[in-house]
Amino acid sequence: MEWFQALGYLLAAVLFIVGLKYLGSPRTAVRGNQLGALGMLIAVIVTVAVEFGSEGGIIGWGLIGTGLGSGALIGFIMAKRVEMTGMPEMVALFNGFGGAASALVALSELLGSTPESLASRGSLGTTVFLVAIGASSLIGWVTLTGSVGAMLKLNGTLRGTFSFAGINLVKGALLVAGLVATYMLIGDSTNMILTYGLVGVSCLLGVLFVLPIGGADMPVVISFLNSLSGLAAASAGFVVGNDALIISGALVGAAGLILTGIMCKAMNRPFVDVMFKTYGTSASGDSGEKRTVRGYEAEEAALTFDGVRSVIIIPGYGMAVSQAQHVVRELGEELERRGVTVSYAIHPVAGRMPGHMNVLLAEANVPYDQLYELDEINSQFSDCDVCLVVGANDTVNPAAHTDPTGPLGGMPVLDAEKARTVIIVKRSLSPGYAGVDNDLFYRPNTMMLFGDGKAKLAELLTEVKAL
Amino acid sequence: MIVLCLTQLTTSALIASITVLVLAIFLGFELISKVPPTLHTPLMSGANAISGITIVAALMASNVQLSGGDKTMAGVLACVALALATINCVGGFMVTGRMLEMFKRKEN
Repeated sequence: MEWFQALGYLLAAVLFIVGLKYLGSPRTAVRGNQLGALGMLIAVIVTVAVEFGSEGGIIGWGLIGTGLGSGALIGFIMAKRVEMTGMPEMVALFNGFGGAASALVALSELLGSTPESLASRGSLGTTVFLVAIGASSLIGWVTLTGSVGAMLKLNGTLRGTFSFAGINLVKGALLVAGLVATYMLIGDSTNMILTYGLVGVSCLLGVLFVLPIGGADMPVVISFLNSLSGLAAASAGFVVGNDALIISGALVGAAGLILTGIMCKAMNRPFVDVMFKTYGTSASGDSGEKRTVRGYEAEEAALTFDGVRSVIIIPGYGMAVSQAQHVVRELGEELERRGVTVSYAIHPVAGRMPGHMNVLLAEANVPYDQLYELDEINSQFSDCDVCLVVGANDTVNPAAHTDPTGPLGGMPVLDAEKARTVIIVKRSLSPGYAGVDNDLFYRPNTMMLFGDGKAKLAELLTEVKAL
Repeated sequence: MIVLCLTQLTTSALIASITVLVLAIFLGFELISKVPPTLHTPLMSGANAISGITIVAALMASNVQLSGGDKTMAGVLACVALALATINCVGGFMVTGRMLEMFKRKEN
């Protein structure tokens, strides 16, 4: 049985490794996902078989059936129902569930242990068991409350950022309290105050960790929570002494960290800044003068599309908010019918999660080969007749070049300013997330179309069709 | 009972597990160092589904009888953990599949 179990878990781990590898390349991604799911199925079957063959056999049919059945049903319904626009919230919530599951396993193991069972582990075994429980609780509960907080921010329930002076000190104190509770648990494993204190401290830490972080930093936060959910699973692996959890958790932890790094680089912000500095509240319009700009009508903007050869569309979070991806695609198709070359320029941190724009545009059936990454397309703006910016701001702000010491200084941006005409569909002139005024709005070759993205683009489409 | 099956953790077993942990972290870094932006979301949700491996630990912890007191609490918590981990796995792999199908359709 021991052989069967070890080899079964090894096979699952290998499938996860190959699966993750395949997920990183467009050609093999579908198979990568299937291999991952197969690995999970094997891990579950092996576990049930091992429990079945254990001394007592399976005595918890009721609990196992309830947990597996309800989880599978809920997971199935959620995955079927979610709209592509709701994907960031969904991914955030699933991260949280993963973390909570690991934390609950740790808590369950602690409550289920007795002085006798601990004694049978030996002193080293007991210490590792309890330290791992502490780690799973800390990481797992932080992942849960942090993810739920992120989800509430993403779906608009929580607006703005919440912070207070000394919040980082409080977070530090909570972390230390969690570590001390874990240390004390080693000597006093039946102390319920310590146990539930650890849960409370960790939950609070997760909330305080995510509340001060603003919307545009969400791609970093979600990637990081993804990483934490993996580390929670790895810690739970030490609690139950299972290498399958350790390997898979570590893989996910590393994968999440890589993605976190990619997102930080795309914003040109160090990770520490994202986590501990509240952004965009200090700098607001320090130029003094209030500049105004004329808003154009869709009719006027449509005329600029007459006889052009190349158009680049830059989508941003505003497109996601107003669900404008379908009308964007229709406009793109209409322009193509008129012989215009249409490309989409995707900034790596546009939206609220890594790859957000790609998911939305794919949902709207925008051909994959029209999407370009920042590095690929930035040289083409100078040859572009019209650049249409839909609900993007910081990712097209020329201040990244002109004000190297400002909040956006050095961030890789899309050079929309180089296009002959720039049309910007946006609700207002309000500065973007970084709190920096966008000079692009005031340029003579820029036309601002104020209003809801979907409505304005629909008007624009009607006018373009009438040309 | 499961408790009776426990053997003492030896130093070498612990070192082996830590070795596995460290090597797996490095492997994770190597595996996905270069991923095109299109795949960022599916990669994240796929990886998230894999972190549902806690389902294994939750299954083991759920194989108990509700025998009163802390044991009952432990069993109930394990069952909730199992449900959450299962949501994570089933939902995660399915949603990743849905997204990837969408991308695939585009390439033809």
